[in-house]
This record gives sequence, C-alpha cells and structure tokens, in this order.
Amino acid sequence: MKTLQKIAAAALLFAAPSAVFAQEAAELNSANTAWILTATALVLFMTLPGLSLFYGGLVRTKNVLSVLMQCFAIAAVISVLWLIAGYSIAFGPAESAYWGGLSKAMFSGVTVDSLAGDIPESVFATFQMTFAIITPALMVGAFVERIKFSSMLLFTTLWTLLVYFPVANWVWGGGWLGQMGLIDFAGGTAVHINAGIAALALAILLGARLGWPRTPMKPHNLTLVMIGAALLWFGWFGFNAGSQVAADNTSAVVFLNTFVATCAAGIGWLITEKIRDGHATSLGAASGIVAGLVAITPACSAVSPLGALIIGLIAGVLCALAVGLKYKLKYDDSLDVVGVHLVGGLVGTLLIGVLATEAAPAGVNGLLYGGGADQLGKQAIGAFAVLFYSLILTFIIGYLIKVTIGFRVNEDVEVSGVDLEEHAESAYEMGDSGGGGVFAGIGHRSHGGEQ
Amino acid sequence: MKLVTAIVKPFKSDDVREALSEIGISGMTLTEVKGFGRQKGHTELYRGAEYVIDFLPKAKIEVAVEDGIVDQVIEAICKAANTGQIGDGKIFVSNLEQTIRIRTGETGNDAL
Repeated sequence: MKTLQKIAAAALLFAAPSAVFAQEAAELNSANTAWILTATALVLFMTLPGLSLFYGGLVRTKNVLSVLMQCFAIAAVISVLWLIAGYSIAFGPAESAYWGGLSKAMFSGVTVDSLAGDIPESVFATFQMTFAIITPALMVGAFVERIKFSSMLLFTTLWTLLVYFPVANWVWGGGWLGQMGLIDFAGGTAVHINAGIAALALAILLGARLGWPRTPMKPHNLTLVMIGAALLWFGWFGFNAGSQVAADNTSAVVFLNTFVATCAAGIGWLITEKIRDGHATSLGAASGIVAGLVAITPACSAVSPLGALIIGLIAGVLCALAVGLKYKLKYDDSLDVVGVHLVGGLVGTLLIGVLATEAAPAGVNGLLYGGGADQLGKQAIGAFAVLFYSLILTFIIGYLIKVTIGFRVNEDVEVSGVDLEEHAESAYEMGDSGGGGVFAGIGHRSHGGEQ
Repeated sequence: MKLVTAIVKPFKSDDVREALSEIGISGMTLTEVKGFGRQKGHTELYRGAEYVIDFLPKAKIEVAVEDGIVDQVIEAICKAANTGQIGDGKIFVSNLEQTIRIRTGETGNDAL
C-alpha cells in the first residue's frame, strides 16, 4: 500500500522534533483532511451500529443486548489501547520490519501540527483506530450467546495488542509484508483473514452452544440484520475509499470497485441459494453483500471494475457455499465469521494475483494480465503469514484464558440468556402476549429511587 | 355449565366471534396458541440451514355456556370456522364446576 508507506516514512521524519530536515515540510491539504475525517466517522459507523445490528439481529432475543454491549465495549477499550500503544506499534517509526516500536506510545509526538503526509497525523491515527476497533468486533460473531463479558474483554485486549497491532505494521506500517509487495489496500489480510481465522480458533476453543446444531437458533430479527448490512455497506466506502488517505482519482476508483463488487456478490449469493435451497432469502442478500465488501477490501485499488465484479461474484458464491462447512466440520461459528470474513478475505487477497491490472492505481499486473504468478505468490505469502500468525496466537491467548478465568458462561446462564445474567437486562419489554405492551412490567417490583 | 374450547385457524377468529354473538353469546376469551394435527408445518431457511416448524399458529377461543345451548354453540363455531382444508381445528367440551362474576359476586348461570 504505497501511500501508507509514504506516510509511515513521513511520520518517521516528524517523530523527532529536534531532527534537521533536508526536505521542505508537507502542507496540510484540506480536501484530503475533510475526506479522511468523514471516512473515520464512516468506519466507526460500520461497527456502531452497522456490525452491532447485523450481528444483533442474528442472535436469539435473550442474547441481543450482549452482542450490542460487546461491540460498544470493544470500541471503547480498543480506542484506549490504540492511544496507549496501538498506534505506535502499528505505525511507529522503529527500524524493525515487525513492529513500529513504542516511541509514539500515548500519541507522544502527535501534536496539533504534526502531519502524516498531507493530513494531520491525528486524523490518520484516528482513522486507523477505527480499523483497530472493527477487527476484534468481527470476531464477536464466533462466540456469541456463550462468552463471559469479562473474558471477552480480556481476550480482545490481548489479541488486539499481540496480533492486530503487529500485523497492521507488517501490512501497512512499513513492515515486512508491505515491503515485500503485498497488495492489501484496506485490510483483506490485516482485518478479514486475521479476524476470520481467529474466529475459527475461538469457535473451536469455546465449543458449540448448548444444543447446537439440533436445537433451532433462528435469528430473532432479520429486519435488524438487513439494516445492519445496509449500514455496513454505507460505512465501508469510508473503509475502502478512505484507505487512500486522500480524495483523488484512486479513491474514486476504489469507491466504484467497492460498489460493483458488493452488488455482484449479493447476486452471486442469491443465485447460489435459489439453486441449492430453492429460495433466495433476505439473509442471503445481506450476507452476500457483506461477503462482497470483504472480498473487495484488499483488491479495490488493484483491479478494474470488471475485475471487481468478478471478485464479488466469486466471493458471493463461495461464501454462500462455505457457511455450510461448519455443519460438516462440526464447529459452531455462530454468525459465520469464518465463512464470510476468512473465505471472503482469502478470495479477495488471492484473486489480486490473478486479476490485478496495471491500469488500476496499484499498478501491478496479475496472472491474467501478463504479470505471471509473481504477485499471486506475494498475495499467498501475505495471506498465509497473517493466517498462521493469527491462528497460533489466538489459540495460545484463548487457551490461557480458558484454563485460568474461563471463557464460557455456565449452562444455566446460557439457557436463560446472557443478557439477563451478564448484564441484568432484557432487551424487549412488550409483555408475553403482546397486547400493545399492556403486559409489560407486570411481575416486576421496583426498588429504584428509594433511598 | 360447560366450557367450550375451540382451536381454530387465526383468520377465522372474527367469524367465530360474530357467529357466537348472533346466538347470544357476548363474552369469550381468545389465546394465541401453537398446535398441529394433520396439517403439515413449514420449513424456514437461514443461510442454507433448514428449520422444520411443526407447530402452526392457531387461535384458542373459550366460552362458558349453559348446558342447554351447547349444541347451538358447537354448530355456530363449526359453520364459522370451517374452510374444508386440513387444519380447521377442533372443539372440546368440558364440565364447568363453577362460574363467578367478579364485580357482583353472582354465581352459576347468572354469571354466564
């Protein structure tokens, strides 16, 4: 990702205030700054409430609040972690090819005036913070309805610190994968493959929900799921087009590619469902859209719109097929993080090696454009380096938590619902027989306000 | 006194209510229930996973009546709730020990 590497280099120049610069200082570009400020808000929007509603609607009524809580809590905790150490580890100026060091811990050196390229460094750092938030939030889908809130917070903190921050450095922060020539514009490896494989490890470590797969565990509110998918789509334009860190021709191409791939993937998933199951479903439409967004994430700068369409279509079909794997292989990846993010991320990351064209901003030719297997090789190395690193570390961190404070709520809690037991709340208070809410509150005794 | 319980298709609830009203029954209780007999349920799909739902939504209507008009009540409900398709439902008649009107304390047939 060339622009981000330039920024990492620029950040290095500005890190030491006493250094003498031979070059002239960059000037702040308002247009770019405005776009990245907006993109930052859009990417946060993807998590809160896009992903929150998408996942929330997929779980049972008794667990919906826990999902929303987990997303909100992750956003809060990871933001603090980013400030403390994340930005520095991911984008700091250390010489190492594996991390950025701690010289920018607590955002030291990030001043009101410091720039990252031609936007304020604080904007760049905040933009990247939203990526650090959504990556662990994606994993929520693997452990819903059975994880303890405290264990989830501890795991997320350790995982983001030890896995996401270094990987972000490898891919975007001047680390070895970016240097090797891996193309990952907005996070196919660092976000999706990373979270996707971690989700697999967690699903295995935590074990299946009680009664899975025989007990029906239907989504409680598919309308929330559709809304969540739509919000994710909207916000994703900030995720992809914002990763150019500029408002220019490249971000325009990226925006278009993102749009096209998403639509193609939705179509691909629906056709697959219609042929295989006899019905095209709304959940399929929502899922197909997300699969397309995932797959185009790494590739949006490297392919033509036709290439984006192909990537989307393939991702839609393959992910629709992949979500059935959990039943065959017997792991309860409850909300299909593996089937959508791992598979979609791999599809997009690897297809760059096939469909990349030098006419696109990344300027590389893939297999079908006469570039041979060179880029494909780099994509594979990048994809699998991140995959295995994440897999191994997730297992280690997860296992340690499992054998110390434990991961799962106990059986009674799981049966009565995590919302009630972990958060002392219930999401919907409409009374058992509806009746316009006339029955709500019956049987409750309040102690509020009595002192 | 008898308690007549009718399980009918939900969309027939209003027809049953009107038919009972026409023969002088002015009070009843309706509960939303799930049930099945010979009518097949349906299948739902979630990302390719099939869920077969056996139970179908039904409406349970309960009326407390004097012994003398039980047959009329049964006939009225049957005519109103019948569609000719499987799943029309059933009527159960059971003995009613006692009935009390809460507001006035009346009992027996006076409370019906």
